Amino acid sequence: MKGGSPRRLKALIAKEWLQIMRDPSSFIIAFVLPMLLLFAFGYALSLDAVGLKLGLVLENPSPQSRSFAAALTDSRYFNVRIGHDRRDFEDDLLAGRIAGIVIVPRYFSERLARAGDTAPIQILTDASQPNTASFVQNYVRGAWQSWLQLRAREQGREFRQPVRLQPRYWFNTELNSHFFLVPGSVAIVMTLIGAILTALVVAREWERGTMEAMMATPITIYELLLGKLVPYYIMGMGSMFLTLFVSVEVFHVPFRGSFAVLCLVATVFLMAALGLGLLISTLARNQFVAAQVALLAAFLPSFLLSGFIFEISSMPWPIQIITRAISARYFVSSLQTLFLAGDIWAELVPDILAMLVIAAVLFSITALKTVKRLD
Amino acid sequence: MWNRIGALIIKEFLATLRDKRARVVLIGPPLVQMFIFSFAATLEVKNVNLAIFNEDNGKAAHELVQRFRGSRTFSHIRLLHTTRQIRQVIDARKALAVVHIPQDFSKKLYAGQSPEVQIILDGRSSNTAQIVQGYLSRIVDGFNHDVGALRGAPPPQSELVTRHWFNPNLEYTWYTVPSLVGLLTMIIGVVITALSVARERELGTFDQLLVSPLTPFEILIGKTVPSLLIAGTDGTLILLIGIFAFRIPFNGSLVSLYVSMFFFLAAIIGIGLFISSLARTQQQAFLGTFTFAVPAVLLSGFATPIDNMPDWLQPVTLLDPLRHFMTVVRGIFLKALPPDFVFANTWPMAAIAAVTLTAAALLFNRRLE
Repeated sequence: MKGGSPRRLKALIAKEWLQIMRDPSSFIIAFVLPMLLLFAFGYALSLDAVGLKLGLVLENPSPQSRSFAAALTDSRYFNVRIGHDRRDFEDDLLAGRIAGIVIVPRYFSERLARAGDTAPIQILTDASQPNTASFVQNYVRGAWQSWLQLRAREQGREFRQPVRLQPRYWFNTELNSHFFLVPGSVAIVMTLIGAILTALVVAREWERGTMEAMMATPITIYELLLGKLVPYYIMGMGSMFLTLFVSVEVFHVPFRGSFAVLCLVATVFLMAALGLGLLISTLARNQFVAAQVALLAAFLPSFLLSGFIFEISSMPWPIQIITRAISARYFVSSLQTLFLAGDIWAELVPDILAMLVIAAVLFSITALKTVKRLD
Repeated sequence: MWNRIGALIIKEFLATLRDKRARVVLIGPPLVQMFIFSFAATLEVKNVNLAIFNEDNGKAAHELVQRFRGSRTFSHIRLLHTTRQIRQVIDARKALAVVHIPQDFSKKLYAGQSPEVQIILDGRSSNTAQIVQGYLSRIVDGFNHDVGALRGAPPPQSELVTRHWFNPNLEYTWYTVPSLVGLLTMIIGVVITALSVARERELGTFDQLLVSPLTPFEILIGKTVPSLLIAGTDGTLILLIGIFAFRIPFNGSLVSLYVSMFFFLAAIIGIGLFISSLARTQQQAFLGTFTFAVPAVLLSGFATPIDNMPDWLQPVTLLDPLRHFMTVVRGIFLKALPPDFVFANTWPMAAIAAVTLTAAALLFNRRLE
């Protein structure tokens, strides 16, 4: 940093800080919007299918079919209504009011009683929502298997599958989807501050010409960039603490990593996010375009391409390659690890390195573009 | 009066479409998003990394491993050799699940006992992990079935037959593409209207409109019609891509769809104009759009189902026009939704439109005084 002076830098940061404090709208973006988003994400997003609405058709109620019905109605995964004809429920399935219909046919108890015969049970799902449809299938299967076991025990037979599967979930034994969705939304909130707020505010300075005015002073380009970044970095970290607090206290997500490592990872991510924001504003130089580009290049990818809800490995390979250039992808995966698993360096180090590379590339392009305009 | 409105409509069209950059923003990004997000926004489970720690040298264990290898869900199968490696691959997310076959597996199986196979799953992705567990248990069920048949056991007493209606192969794009028709149309509709009044306010031309002989109602029509046509055209383009490029079956009635889309866009434009008349600058309008659009997408049930939301939140989703429109679009595409079902989801949008458009017009009016 040739010719840099700490005094000048301090003055710049103070000026930048005053500007932020004076304008209520950036304060809203920094603190009110993150809270609003975190609560919206925390409450509205859930992949835990509890109380799936099902229609159960007992075509010929009998003790056997009733005992199977009890297996479904007792499960906390289902919210069952019982009918005697599948036509009772077909309209509900069409309207999307129920997720599936389970049909115990007329001849069920008869065939169940006959040795060597197999009594079928039919599941119809509303596959216009494929994820819910496969959960209906899996959960009904689970309830059906426990019913078979119960029945065997009642008849004094030993019911044993040749091979038994013993699933164990690490890090999230309750299978609570909030545990990975809430840490993921912290990444989105920080993208908002790091990239979108910076892009908008700096674009406004270009639009108003105050950026050029600054360049006419003895301030070096590095000081200028640093002076811009420090206040937003502080705000970003501030909102990170706030969201960490809400995640742990309101949504009861465990935090198993160490605070210092979280600060390190967040710092590295903010570098990349601030770099992106700065680059967008430098290229756009106008608020309208900066806002559109920030939405497209920063917000939507952090939502859809970061692996926060949608698993990256399930995407086609060209899109998987695109996700590698998105810093939120690495941050989401680090946050999930830090919250649920702890300080696992084998996972964190590659993420940190990738974010550093992205930050370095973004800053180099920004510096190049800004220097050119100075000439 | 209609002359005046006609002139205003033409002016609005020109104002929106004159700028080349604005034209690009209206056409380019929605199409790019349509292609990227259709493939990206999937809860389908494919190409899962699986690891197997097989401590048994017996034939039965080998046979079971072959069955896992044969499944197309698992793209990479890593073989582990020590217990320590289980922790390593799960921790570093090198595998989502580890199947652990114990040493005495074959011996117990041949002895007629039932050996246990442990699967360790990464709870950091509990949704995917549960679906993977479903796949693994189906493979083991098949194995059990064959073992049972070999042993001469009687056939199972009961069986489950699953039929997936409307989408027999559970194609995820059949869900995403129709949903995106609603989502992207909404974003375009709200962005063009939200910035329109705010921009005029910033430039001072809105005051000129207000002192002209136009009534607030006429201004409202003049602002609504062009946005309706532009967003409707974009929506049509996205719809065509869904039908012809993604080949999603379109089973329902196009007329129903457009009637519903009209009220949906009216509701969205009402919200956009409302935000716009509250905002004093474009930046505020943009923030307002953001504050509306993100919750609207979350509450629509696009990313995760509405049924999973807490009970107090579910009624709130009824205020979200996107929720109703997505039900209609998906229903018309896949289920050939009959008109009375379409109507049941369309009148709430008409009600939202009536409220928001009136509120926007009242706000123009208030500024007049």
